[in-house]
Amino acid sequence: MYRHAPRLLTRVIGGGVRRSATARAFSTDLPAAPSEDAAFVEAWRKVAPNIDPPKTPLAFMKPRPPTPSSIPSKLTINFVLPYQSEISNKEVDMVIVPATTGQMGVLPGHVATIAELKPGLLSVHEGSEVTKYFVSSGFAFVHGNSVTDIVAVEAVPVDRIDLSLVQKGLADFTQKLNSATTDLEKAEAQIGVDVHSALNAALSG
Amino acid sequence: MAMAALRREGRRLLLSPVSYNSPVAARSAILSDELGPMGARSVSTQAVRNRMKSVKNIQKITKAMKMVAASKLRAVQVRTENSRGIWQPFTALLGDNPSVDVKKNVIVAITSDKGLCGGINSTSVKVSKALYKLTSGPEKETKYVVLGEKGKVQLVRDSKNSIEMNITELQKNPLNYTQVSVLADDILKNMEYDALRIIYNKFQSVVSFLPTVSTILSPETVEKESEAGGKLGSLDFYEIEGGDTKAEVLQNLAEFQFSCVLFNAVLENACSELGARMSAMDSSSRNAGEMLDRLTLTYNRTRQASITTELIEIISGASALTG
Repeated sequence: MYRHAPRLLTRVIGGGVRRSATARAFSTDLPAAPSEDAAFVEAWRKVAPNIDPPKTPLAFMKPRPPTPSSIPSKLTINFVLPYQSEISNKEVDMVIVPATTGQMGVLPGHVATIAELKPGLLSVHEGSEVTKYFVSSGFAFVHGNSVTDIVAVEAVPVDRIDLSLVQKGLADFTQKLNSATTDLEKAEAQIGVDVHSALNAALSG
Repeated sequence: MAMAALRREGRRLLLSPVSYNSPVAARSAILSDELGPMGARSVSTQAVRNRMKSVKNIQKITKAMKMVAASKLRAVQVRTENSRGIWQPFTALLGDNPSVDVKKNVIVAITSDKGLCGGINSTSVKVSKALYKLTSGPEKETKYVVLGEKGKVQLVRDSKNSIEMNITELQKNPLNYTQVSVLADDILKNMEYDALRIIYNKFQSVVSFLPTVSTILSPETVEKESEAGGKLGSLDFYEIEGGDTKAEVLQNLAEFQFSCVLFNAVLENACSELGARMSAMDSSSRNAGEMLDRLTLTYNRTRQASITTELIEIISGASALTG
């Protein structure tokens, strides 16, 4: 009778461990909604039944809020860079992004947009305080539920930019543009001029 | 030779009363045992001692490797966690479509250059091969792009013709976004694709790594899928700002998405590699320690047995002389 006790114990403990393992999420990722693409898992099991299907990004992402029926009062923004999440899930009043077609202001209830960004000034307005960043290019997505994602390659708060270095850089690149011979050199110099003049404008404007 | 043996026997007789009380005498007893006749017992203790020395060295090396991996892991983990935000906007916009059915698939398998990191490279290769089977079919073609030496070695065995590109020495300089975006550019230039699938090990914790596949669709596929409906169907509701045409913006979007997702994937894989190396080296040191314990027991047993045999010989010899 007592022979079976260890087996029953391990079954109980094993079951408990298994349950807690599936419920455990990443320590730093957002809490995962256990969603996976059912079609993918099914197709996988047909091809490779002995190997566990790999996870997909859907499993690691927090589900976004659905589109509300009325215009919300605040905008939620996520501003991410490759090496840092600068702003995540912050509620603000307005954000102005430097789209290639010009400065675009995003307010709550803005129509869903995909905007390509050019080097320029990004300003986040929260109440009376304004935080300004100079961003190199990237993308900005405004979703229907008033969540705005801004993905940029590089961003610097404007108070950390040195005006004299900007002017010097602008002069350097303008000179390089004039003396450029190959297409590659011309393109590189043009990019340099664009970025530096945008920096200049951001600092003075 | 007989005189020398008798002299040595005499010395042992003098030493034996005190041998178990003083460590000095015990040590000299051991020494005299080794310097003694080259009988079977010296050879076996010598062999065991050599093995013990090499196992101890291995233990030291693996412990050092674990420390190195742990210190590197701390730095890379911080950067990986900071980079986790960068792929989320793209998945929020375009959704996740791993089961998309396209003609040209490219599987980007991320593996490590160095070994001794447990089973993560084998799992990545297994998942890549299964994905290859999943995405192959009539009129479809699937190609590999392998990052890292270990993956190439494993895949070249049976899928040599499907490997288009192989990139090694990724971690020669510390990983940064510029390097990865240049690499992404290279891959996109050389490969024709409808869907890119990046396979990497996602770093969940120091002991747990999950194989993950991230799918990136080409702009044409995005257009096709958005007409079909689903998550991408709502893409039509988005206004496009910037660029001349929607196609151009989608092209830039796909390229940017690929470089961002690749950057995160490479960092996660590097983290997983270091974590796997830590645990592999840790279990290796533990095994070496256990082996050392067992060898020490064998060594002591052999040594004590030889001393006992000698004592018996001496005593029986002495009693034969007196009695």
